[in-house]
Amino acid sequence: MLAGSILTLIGSLFLLLGALGILRMPDVYNRMQAGTKATTLGSILFLTGIGIGYCGCVWKVTILILFILFTNPLSSHALARAAHHMKIALTNRTVIDRLREDEATEEDKC
Amino acid sequence: MANLLYTIAGIIAFSALLLPLLRMIKGPTPADRAVALDVMTIISISLIALIAAMAGRAIYLDVALVYALISFLGVIAVARYIERGL
Repeated sequence: MLAGSILTLIGSLFLLLGALGILRMPDVYNRMQAGTKATTLGSILFLTGIGIGYCGCVWKVTILILFILFTNPLSSHALARAAHHMKIALTNRTVIDRLREDEATEEDKC
Repeated sequence: MANLLYTIAGIIAFSALLLPLLRMIKGPTPADRAVALDVMTIISISLIALIAAMAGRAIYLDVALVYALISFLGVIAVARYIERGL
């Protein structure tokens, strides 16, 4: 029970860091990166702590963790692709943009 | 002791729920708002699971499961709408 509560506490700290990254990052893509990765890890730790601490709901918590683990990168990827397609400006400290280079070479071929 | 730690974790997660709301209010582009909505749904899934555990009812976890499914479909729909229209 105590181990589960400590895991839940660490997970909630990761959730707080992800939310802070959403508020503080300079760019849509950076916000997406901070929000998705930190929040996935935080919610997995949070739900694992709940599954350890309270017996009787282990299977449903496992299904929930697997679902978050599969769908969260997928939705983030779709959003990043949509934002890039919408031509939202990157921050001016960006070093490289491979997708734009690929699109430019595709247009040269056509 | 363990219940106190669970309560503190719930308070921290709830305060984490309020930060993307600010980004959702002042976000300059629709993609910012969609990302903030995504993060808020994941944090609220965790909070629903915590409430289900503390109330001692495993049936409330079904609510979290259905909410995860519907939020995933909603984010995919918003992304498709931003990318090429409906």
